[in-house]
Amino acid sequence: MVELTIDGVRTQAIEGTTVLEAARDMGIVIPTLCYDPGLSPYGACRVCIVEVVKKNGSSLEASCTLPVEEGQVILTNSEWVKRSRRVIVELLIASAPNSKRLQDLAATLGINKVRFKLKDRDCILCGLCVRYCKEQMQAGALGFVGRGTQRRVATAFDEMPQECRNCGGCEWICPVCERACTAGNLVDGLCGACQNPVPVETCPVCTGCSESVGPHGHRVY
Amino acid sequence: MILWVEMNRLNSVQEFEELRKSIVDSRDPNKLRIAICAGSGCLAYGCVPLVAAFRDEVDKQGIQDRVEVRATGCPGFCERGALLTIFPQGIFYQRVKIEDVPEIITETILEGRIIDRLLYVDPASGEKSVKEADVPFYRKQHRLLLGVNNKIDPNSIEDYLANGGYSALAKALLQMSSDSIIDEIKRSGLRGRGGGGFPAGSKWESCRNAPSSNGVRYVICNADEGDPGAYMDRSLLEGNPHGVIEGMMIGAYAIASSEGYVYVRHEYPLAVQNLGIALEQARAYGLLGKNILGSGFDFDINISRGGGAFICGESTALMASLEGKIGEPRAKHIHTVESGLNGKPSNLNNVETWANVPMIINKGADWYSQIGTEGSKGTKVFSLVGKINNTGLVEVPMGMTLREIVYDIGGGVPNGKRFKAVQTGGPSGGCIPEGLLDLPVDFDRLKEAGSIMGSGGMIVMDEDTCMVDVAKYFVRFLTEESCGKCTPCREGLDRMLDILTDVTEGKATLDDIELLEELGNVIKDTSLCALGGTAPNPVLSTLRYFRDEYEAHIREHRCPAGVCKALITFTIDEEACTGCGVCARQCPQEAISGEKKQPYVIDQGLCIKCGLCQESCKFDAVIVS
Amino acid sequence: MNDNHEVEAIIDKHGAKRDSLISMLQDIQTVYHYLPQEALETVASRVGLPMIQVYGVATFFRSFTLTPRGRHIIKVCLGTACHVRGAARVLDRMELTLGVKRESTTDDQRFTLETVNCVGCCALGPMVIIDDDYHGQVSSDKVGSLLANYE
Repeated sequence: MVELTIDGVRTQAIEGTTVLEAARDMGIVIPTLCYDPGLSPYGACRVCIVEVVKKNGSSLEASCTLPVEEGQVILTNSEWVKRSRRVIVELLIASAPNSKRLQDLAATLGINKVRFKLKDRDCILCGLCVRYCKEQMQAGALGFVGRGTQRRVATAFDEMPQECRNCGGCEWICPVCERACTAGNLVDGLCGACQNPVPVETCPVCTGCSESVGPHGHRVY
Repeated sequence: MILWVEMNRLNSVQEFEELRKSIVDSRDPNKLRIAICAGSGCLAYGCVPLVAAFRDEVDKQGIQDRVEVRATGCPGFCERGALLTIFPQGIFYQRVKIEDVPEIITETILEGRIIDRLLYVDPASGEKSVKEADVPFYRKQHRLLLGVNNKIDPNSIEDYLANGGYSALAKALLQMSSDSIIDEIKRSGLRGRGGGGFPAGSKWESCRNAPSSNGVRYVICNADEGDPGAYMDRSLLEGNPHGVIEGMMIGAYAIASSEGYVYVRHEYPLAVQNLGIALEQARAYGLLGKNILGSGFDFDINISRGGGAFICGESTALMASLEGKIGEPRAKHIHTVESGLNGKPSNLNNVETWANVPMIINKGADWYSQIGTEGSKGTKVFSLVGKINNTGLVEVPMGMTLREIVYDIGGGVPNGKRFKAVQTGGPSGGCIPEGLLDLPVDFDRLKEAGSIMGSGGMIVMDEDTCMVDVAKYFVRFLTEESCGKCTPCREGLDRMLDILTDVTEGKATLDDIELLEELGNVIKDTSLCALGGTAPNPVLSTLRYFRDEYEAHIREHRCPAGVCKALITFTIDEEACTGCGVCARQCPQEAISGEKKQPYVIDQGLCIKCGLCQESCKFDAVIVS
Repeated sequence: MNDNHEVEAIIDKHGAKRDSLISMLQDIQTVYHYLPQEALETVASRVGLPMIQVYGVATFFRSFTLTPRGRHIIKVCLGTACHVRGAARVLDRMELTLGVKRESTTDDQRFTLETVNCVGCCALGPMVIIDDDYHGQVSSDKVGSLLANYE
């Protein structure tokens, strides 16, 4: 067991737990995007940053990948954290402006304008779909291709891979493109960014997105 | 490569010492040697045909017994290539052309006469230097590492042995323990030369002490030198690969590692080649492999080539690449010395760091720690490039001031232009303005000034360099090299580039400067790795010292240095123009018109600011405003 | 690409090991001057890696190309020292003259225009390397005559 202090409250956690998990156990809500409790943490979106207070230089770290340590002092909502988190979400909205989830997140953080050029990248490269496909479905049909701003989620050679199980999990878990299952046509329905190979032809052919309820039977969330 | 002797495996330190003695005894120290730089930098000067021409001439005149022609590594004075030094006298010839070869042989080698026109002449004083040591460029340097380059042929292990090579290894194996080696490195104060400046001895100690389930530990040499304008590591690897190998071996012995890697950047084929040859030779003598010199120590080194990714200079990305994966860094909550390559304790150090090790072991930590400053010991190799007279590689003791480096060694800024700034630390660093030129090169002092030592790149800039353009250049470089994983780096740098582009096009507002600062700080604070973490430095440092340039671009739509295309106009000075028409013929937009012998005119509506007219005009009649 | 012999030989040389993936791809590209899809598929299946992982590596590193390149490879150095000496203008001129943007190949397959970040010949900047030839102190007005040397 490791003892640490989060937001001024002392708590204990098993070694190997992350600060995010330890905070959640205490009931402290830290916003996340690329995190899912059922998948390995990735630490890409940086929304879950917390302040690690140290004598010689505090720092901001992504709590989903930060292991708990004896004597750690964590602040989940300091001014530094809030300021930085706002800019990060502002950057995300600038690259996926149509995402309702990001807009909601921005609203809770008090962001009311985006000072950056809007670019419809529609994918925040959180990697949830990649990890879902690999870890949950044991398929590994999706992956990251390219580098930097050219990085995207795709299949090998942009072709339909053998490994794809047609489960629809990649669409379901995506925190950004929630229009997926409401269209009759694959290309229109998806943001087109993740090149999802699932052949969603018409809504009656449900691919298992059990959470959805809406116009054609699927919810826009 | 000269195969001097059949390479028989050495089974003990004694056999090793005997071999060295026999090599030294068989060499006449008074025999003439022509050491010609054959480093990559001199390829463009035609060093390969030059070396061949010397060899042919020596053969033709039948004087092989009197003079040896040696192709060596880089001696650093790249501005004056092709270069050679004649030993034992130390006569230094620069700007040597293939036509000079017969004369050099006949006059200097055979008759001992100096050829004046090949000597270095100081532009300011007019003074000629005969010996290498007298050349102003070299005089203030302290070339503990680079000085070896032109004394050996990198493809000859015998040269390295004759020069005292591998004696540190022998001493370490025979007389020292892991503890005493690590202690020596710690006391020397050696700090990492790749940019991080982390104390090497402590790193070695942590790695040695980290538990390993099957006892495997790795030593890795980071030769992914990616900072544009920096080529120190390349010259060390090309010119003296054994020096790096020996350092790694001593480290491996201290850390109890039996497997090493040298990760060389894709763009360095000659370094890979010379390193490969050196490893083969070391193996042939049993200096690498099993039971080295009978000590029971096993160790060998693999070469791995990078795929063209700056991010792979970052230690966790490098190790991912060694595992055959993409160069995606990971957070360093778990240090690589505890869990690195393949999850095993791994000690990664830069080429120059490893190269410092043998002399620390040979001459001791006390000797080494006398050089340099309180916080930064030893020497550092810098690549002094850009708007500087004496472009090249310089090695100076830590603590020398930037002014001495730029002016006394570098010879100042060419063409009478005014010095503006020196950029250190590559894309992770910052610009130091004229007012701070008396700053000593020291890890901590440079950091205080808003820059970093980095790997050693030193780019000199003058009045014709636009600092906003420089900031934009570095940010663009990093947007191309970012792995793309985390939001602040991938999206943040891209947006920083957008804003900087707006500034250079006169479309920005003063609020954008604040936005740049805010964005820069968030990227610095929240990025996953050091690429993002240091990316805003060039922007923040140019804002700190050259804010007026940013404001000129924004408020006055003017680029003071005359660089940013959208804000400059090319016009022809009527008085200087001779009407020769060269510019009009060169202009890709056919925007220049005029009559012979009459001043020509540029049509601003068609002009795309490519600058071709200015470059082709022999009368300096094209003005940029 | 009909015959896979070369690719198989390369895989064997590296013991079909996962951590030699990048070296294997480098060797394959040395032979074919680019990375053909079939070669990558062979590597994935022999080494036992998911295809997307091999594809991810092939697209991450700048030295790899998935499309065939021209007869002559032009590399314009955009390192800081060369930049400060005017390399951007040289690149602009190249793009204008060849009619292609950087990292592309001319229609007639004669040239592939690439950029590189520092070749370490800073004293001679701006540097342009064409095939194995190092050309120093290139200015935009010299571009035309430089290219004329290469069929």
